[in-house]
Amino acid sequence: MRVWHYGDDINTDMLFPGKYTYTCATPDEIRPHLLEDLDAAFAKEVQAGDVIVAGRNFGCGSSREQPVVGLKAVGVAAIVAKGFARIFYRAAINQGLLLIECPEAVEAYKPGATIQIDAAGGTITVQASDAGATPSTFSFPRLPPEIMAICDAGGLLEYTRAKLRARKTA
Amino acid sequence: MGQTFAQKALARAAGLPQVAVGQIVTVKPAHLLTHDNTSAIVGKIDKDLAEFGLISQDLPIIVLDHVIPASDEKTATGHAKVRKFVEKYGVKNFFDIGEGICHQVVVEKGFARPGTILVGSDSHTCSYGAVGAFATGIDRTEAAALLLTGETWLKVPPTIKITLRGRFSKGVGAKDLVLRIIGDIGADGADYAAVEFHGEVANLSVEERFTVANMGVEMGAKIAVFPVDAHTIKYLKAAGVARSAYEPIWADKDATYVRELTYDLAQLQPVVACPHKVDNVKPVGDVAGKKIDQCLLGTCTNGRLSDLREAAAVLKGRRVSPKVRLLVLPASRGVYAAATKDGTLLTLAQAGGVVLPPGCGPCLGAHQGILAPGEACLSTSNRNFKGRMGCKDAEIYLASPATVAASALHGVITDPRKELAAGPRSRVARKPRRAVAASSRVGRPVAADLPVGRRAPKGRVASARRGRGRAAPKAAKPARKSARGKARR
Repeated sequence: MRVWHYGDDINTDMLFPGKYTYTCATPDEIRPHLLEDLDAAFAKEVQAGDVIVAGRNFGCGSSREQPVVGLKAVGVAAIVAKGFARIFYRAAINQGLLLIECPEAVEAYKPGATIQIDAAGGTITVQASDAGATPSTFSFPRLPPEIMAICDAGGLLEYTRAKLRARKTA
Repeated sequence: MGQTFAQKALARAAGLPQVAVGQIVTVKPAHLLTHDNTSAIVGKIDKDLAEFGLISQDLPIIVLDHVIPASDEKTATGHAKVRKFVEKYGVKNFFDIGEGICHQVVVEKGFARPGTILVGSDSHTCSYGAVGAFATGIDRTEAAALLLTGETWLKVPPTIKITLRGRFSKGVGAKDLVLRIIGDIGADGADYAAVEFHGEVANLSVEERFTVANMGVEMGAKIAVFPVDAHTIKYLKAAGVARSAYEPIWADKDATYVRELTYDLAQLQPVVACPHKVDNVKPVGDVAGKKIDQCLLGTCTNGRLSDLREAAAVLKGRRVSPKVRLLVLPASRGVYAAATKDGTLLTLAQAGGVVLPPGCGPCLGAHQGILAPGEACLSTSNRNFKGRMGCKDAEIYLASPATVAASALHGVITDPRKELAAGPRSRVARKPRRAVAASSRVGRPVAADLPVGRRAPKGRVASARRGRGRAAPKAAKPARKSARGKARR
């Protein structure tokens, strides 16, 4: 597991440049351009299970969902930030990508530290790389049950299909 | 306890007597806006549409505007897919390339009505707060689900109250106001919140309110909304929407706010948002003299007739610097036609402007006016993010139409007040503007603003509530269609 560490106001143009918005829609098309104008290493080196740690207002700007679709497709386990922009937040719910709003955990994170996430328990543990450092554990707010149902279904379209089929047979 | 606009609008939409901040409600939006991204949205649910049908032919508003005319085979194929979808499912509200930028089209053609909910797969959907609508951006997947179900969830946001006092002084406008607010509260200063504008809002035309509401998302807001007043009623009437077709909503006097701010418009000065964040706002004097290679006048933020006239007043009879490329992007066909008729576009073209088709063009870096490494652009658009105009090694500065026009003359960022004081006065600028009931005699009057597009068909205007029957593919058997319609009501 690798932690990718970024600052405040990481906008969706940085996560996925607008010039590709109308030519790339599938995960395979999106992947090579992920974080292209922010961190050229990301698309080449990201692996399933990696975590992104960032500051305030992550995902601000355009409503384009390619960043979320792409980050989910490459297997990013979670994004931990001090805050998220609202359209990005909804997009993550709709794709079933775990977002953790936990300013304390972001403050506690220093380069080299490792992060462990217990999604079910709602806790995040930051372990500094220094020998003998004690891990810090923080709890984060869970989504309301009606919204968790969307994530649990595997995303909004799966949730919607199940709902429509149930209505059809009712 | 008093309720905010957001509480009242969401309670009405959800059919509840009242709602609390933080409550999640299920709503059926009056309209869903999508644009070039309709092809990707529909692509997610091709099979589902075949199985379940489109929920309503009237729900979607589809406007092709982001990459128009198509820039290559791939975008052309996307447009073709959208046209096929429109044809197959009988989508009523479709606007092909050239009609305008989606947000301008939605307001100009009377789709955005006070007190109703609109969502769109574009972040600047918040613009419709200019006419008192609850309007907010969503992602493509949510838009796809809405085409199937017609409903979504919204969390009732807390609200920030911004009170406006006085009038803008010469050379200062709505763009300076909204950039000043974003500079003050930050790019996430209104995250998840609704922003209500109170006070002497009558001193802002509907077009000016559009500029302010448009940039609500740049402060993180879910919605940015103005009260409905005589300006709004007149504007909507000209757009073909009778006063009887909507019921405005506004906040109670004792509503609860999380934050309150007041701005004296007369005290504002021209400002510039510097690279690479919209909240990096400085007085124009702090960046005056900065060399620029391109100017962009227009977009959904500042591409209306009053914006183009504001720039033309500065550029009339003059020529932009030979070292600057001035791109002019009218917000719609209606704006284009009106600006052609009154000579504004001729003034801009003779000054050296390159007039582009009404669309999003260079703003998002997809095509038209891409920047080269090392170049700087001064733009009336809403975002100055790194890479936004197609090149990560270029710089984007944001300002008002007056500042952009004044700067284009000299090839460097320039305070527009100097040009307005010194430059030859244009016919446009001399034309007397009809002032509205003024609470203050200081400052410039409100510019007359009326939608300039084609009026909405009478039938649509007359009915406040429209049928929401599910639309099946045209090929579907009639029996199946009616059975499904019944089951879903």
